[in-house]
Amino acid sequence: MMPRTALPLIAAALLAAPAYADEAKLARGKYLVTIAGCNDCHTPWKMGAQGPEPDMSRMLSGHPQDFALPPAPKPEGPWTVSAAVTNTAWAGPWGVSFTANLTPDRETGLGKWTQRNFTETIRTGRHMGRGRPILPPMPIPMYKHFTDADLEAIFTYLQSIPVVKNRVPEPLPPAK
Amino acid sequence: MRVLALLLRVLALLWLAGAAQATPPPPQHLDDTGLFEAGSSTAVRPENLAFAPQYELWSDGAAKRRWLYLPPGASIDASRPDAWEFPPGTKAWKEFSQGRRVETRLIERLPDGAWRFVAYVWNAEGTQAVLAPEAGIAALPVAGAPRGRYTIPSRSDCLACHEGAEVPLLGFSALQLARELERLAASGRLRNLPASLLASPPRIAAPSESARAALGYLHANCGHCHNHTGPLAATGLAFAQQAAAPQASAERTLHSLSSAGTSVDVVRRVRSSNPYVRMPPVGVSLIDAKNVALIESWIRHDLRLPLEPYP
Repeated sequence: MMPRTALPLIAAALLAAPAYADEAKLARGKYLVTIAGCNDCHTPWKMGAQGPEPDMSRMLSGHPQDFALPPAPKPEGPWTVSAAVTNTAWAGPWGVSFTANLTPDRETGLGKWTQRNFTETIRTGRHMGRGRPILPPMPIPMYKHFTDADLEAIFTYLQSIPVVKNRVPEPLPPAK
Repeated sequence: MRVLALLLRVLALLWLAGAAQATPPPPQHLDDTGLFEAGSSTAVRPENLAFAPQYELWSDGAAKRRWLYLPPGASIDASRPDAWEFPPGTKAWKEFSQGRRVETRLIERLPDGAWRFVAYVWNAEGTQAVLAPEAGIAALPVAGAPRGRYTIPSRSDCLACHEGAEVPLLGFSALQLARELERLAASGRLRNLPASLLASPPRIAAPSESARAALGYLHANCGHCHNHTGPLAATGLAFAQQAAAPQASAERTLHSLSSAGTSVDVVRRVRSSNPYVRMPPVGVSLIDAKNVALIESWIRHDLRLPLEPYP
């Protein structure tokens, strides 16, 4: 016979279970985003006292919209890839790519995206799984091996981070 | 020991049953897919029905021919006018020519209900078409193609467009074949089509023929991904027209275009030469000048929506 006092505790535990699961997923997502190096390119870098460092006040907001760049160097010789000082713009044989705003802003970030859109982007290497190709240096060939659970955790975390309104420029094709 | 022997026998039977049901790989040659008469690479078998959708997908100006095959005795269930149910064994071919035959794509419904997408590449002499690699061919030399290069899509490219719609076989639908519905229903290959659509074939709701053509163009070129029920529904762009709800679907498209910046963005993308911006993102390298002008004129003069960037 179960003591009556145990019932409320069990009920409370059952009610709290989804919250714990969400927290675990968020923590897992934060961990994956951290170790997968997302901040390396999706957070603009600045010069700090100890040298270059990610500007976490603009965490994962992509290439800053107001940071205009001159034309990229030609991808010639053995040095075929170049990066802007923020680490958010990359030029190479594919043209110029600007890292995306991963914050949940509805107009300029992932705010309108669904889990399916995110998962299919990583799996297919196409924007929202259907659009333009996702360009270097995004490591799609490696990231497409993330498990569904990993991608769910990552997307859940990205939807929880502070919103930054920042309209990233569209990629440029290779110079003719 | 006896138990072990019995277990092994059961496992062997299960394996054999699975092997018997396994789908064979696609044929290496188009000749073996059932499109042509035996020994011919031009004479199409009479059971393969030639068809043409009334609103076409722009494919860099390629000339296209299409055929549909249904297994003997099988038919299409048209009870949902905008999501026809095709029987397993259905095959649809689409041939692309740029001066000469270049490619024939095949969509096939497998016994388990899944859809398979493959492409066959014609030799320069036009005598044989061979299965294309799964990764596609980025730049096949074809003299008649734009800039002398033709892209064979990868399987993943096929899915990017065809999986955005509820039924992956695009172009064979009540709206696209409105003029053929009576003939199809009479042949017995199309059943359960609502009588109202037979009495009055579906038509895009529009106040003029040019507006209807513009909506039809958006339907055929954008609607398979940008519709209100598919994976991109959250983007708020709904360009698919529906046979069952012409008024509602046309209104959804007008509403999409009316939201801030959308009309500007649509025109900017369909006329862009930047491959990372251009829409549709697959299978297009040339701007469809005639139809882009149609869309621009419709947006500017009929809808009175802006075409220039917002301040």
